[in-house]
Amino acid sequence: MKNILILGAGTSGTMMANHLRSKLSKNDWNISIVDKDETHYYQPGFLFLPFDIYKSKQVKKSIDKFIPKGVNLIRDSINKIDKENDKVILKDGTELNYDILIIATGTEIAPQEIDGMLGDHWHKNVFDFYTFKGAKNLRNKLRKWEGGKLVVHISEMPIKCPVAPLEFAFLADSYFINKDMRDKVDITYVTPMDGAFTKPKASKELSYLLEEKNIKIVSNFNIESVDGDNKKIIDYGGKEVEYDLLVTVPTNMGDEMIERSGFGDDLNYVPTNKATLQTTVKDNIFAIGDATNIPASKAGSVAHFEAEILTENILRFIDNKPLKETFDGHANCFIETGHGKALLIDFNYTHEPVTGSFPLPGIGPLKLLKETHMNHMGKLAFRWIYWNMLIKGKHIPFVSSTMSEAGKDLEEELA
Amino acid sequence: MTERTYAGVCVKCSDQGYMEELNEWTKDIGAHIAEEEGIEMTDKHWEVIDYLQTQCRNEVPLTIRRVGKSGVTTIKEFYQLFPEGPLKKSSRIAGIPKPVSCI
Ligand SMILES: Cc1cc2nc3c(=O)[nH]c(=O)nc-3n(C[C@H](O)[C@H](O)[C@H](O)COP(=O)(O)OP(=O)(O)OC[C@H]3O[C@@H](n4cnc5c(N)ncnc54)[C@H](O)[C@@H]3O)c2cc1C
Repeated sequence: MKNILILGAGTSGTMMANHLRSKLSKNDWNISIVDKDETHYYQPGFLFLPFDIYKSKQVKKSIDKFIPKGVNLIRDSINKIDKENDKVILKDGTELNYDILIIATGTEIAPQEIDGMLGDHWHKNVFDFYTFKGAKNLRNKLRKWEGGKLVVHISEMPIKCPVAPLEFAFLADSYFINKDMRDKVDITYVTPMDGAFTKPKASKELSYLLEEKNIKIVSNFNIESVDGDNKKIIDYGGKEVEYDLLVTVPTNMGDEMIERSGFGDDLNYVPTNKATLQTTVKDNIFAIGDATNIPASKAGSVAHFEAEILTENILRFIDNKPLKETFDGHANCFIETGHGKALLIDFNYTHEPVTGSFPLPGIGPLKLLKETHMNHMGKLAFRWIYWNMLIKGKHIPFVSSTMSEAGKDLEEELA
Repeated sequence: MTERTYAGVCVKCSDQGYMEELNEWTKDIGAHIAEEEGIEMTDKHWEVIDYLQTQCRNEVPLTIRRVGKSGVTTIKEFYQLFPEGPLKKSSRIAGIPKPVSCI
């Protein structure tokens, strides 16, 4: 009997457990998965929770609900990986041996990385919305907030779901209009990048959005510290932005377990081959989702595409066949723009987001890089797809793991 | 893609002015791009440029944090050397691609 061990039962780990259990014989392979949490959160819902669009129970379910029969769920915290001896050590001291290891421990916010971010003001007038707790506390704050300077801020890249902060700013505009208090709220979007949209095609199509919604932008802002007493954020160049309510995305980092295991980069991401998803740590260690250092977006949709390719590569690894180098960085994300509309973007390592139709070339029904109500419905439907298809490892019709070039205006991109 | 001429040499650049081929880079070309960015280069500047190029050749994605922890410079100093967008400016001068972001 051989062992596959999956670390983390979030989006990626759960998908891998489902894929592999249906592909590998129960007589030959044990599959185990470890997670410290009781709850599987639908993280994309954290964007809607603060605005009372989703209720908390819509974004959380018990973690074991999605682990297939025949997969052993171990509920403990992972202490570290002992790669020399092919074993994982849990917090309680238990040692788990493996033949193949899959790291799927994701990424989490690390507000302690920014001077002054944590303090008395944390979750009083400085909030994150990347955790369930942060999103919920922010919802309670927004319910009674009387207005002032709202600053939506990204600390440093990379972050998971890089468009979420911008979506937050758009939804905030909508929210305050609906509450009839938009004139009392001043919204500023602060980013370390050189604009809200940085790829040429997307900026051409989308820069009107900020202006239309009267959202100010401060770009190239790399935060050094938060001055909670004087309610301002300060960057390394000395620039300052004042706030009454700061909604920030703190630095994102991989789990400390990676650091304790003696690999990982300065943000605790696992060095991984971007085409095969095998790590460079050791041949029998693979990584998927937000935990890797590959230059793809950290998103559930990306993890979904990765899972199909990683499953195939693990089967090849077992059969001693060469791995397929097919992961192309495919990402497919909805961007909420408020007022019941959304955009859809589709891109990969080499193609920037373009206009066109999706998933059926020339037909859609979804339109790429254009604001439509249909796209918004697509985003809301994604929650159902997530709980019922995606993490259960079911194939989503018409959507392939590598990016399709049909029906997209790619020639314009080259012009 | 466009072509630009620096120090009498024609090099391939992205529309945003980042060189496409690190192999075409020379210190002379770097100096001319620096001039365009309004930066007067010192030994320290070149030391940082050299570090960025090495990282790029080894396919290590660059972030401001990584540069800050490189031992070559600190984040604070990096900002003083290349004010405003330090990673973007220094990447252009180093002849390496624009740091990646999503859209
Ligand atoms: C606000 C927000 C909006 C988003 N919107 C979208 C969207 O619209 N579309 C989209 O595609 N994606 C979106 N995402 C991103 C998406 O949620 C993530 O990319 C996805 O969940 C990554 O899956 P993962 O399995 O790699 O990590 P996770 O799902 O985070 O799972 C990691 C798991 O590992 C466990 N773990 C970690 N360390 C340990 C340890 N030491 N011991 C035991 N267990 C451990 C954790 O408990 C967790 O269960 C959004 C994210 C956020 C925060």
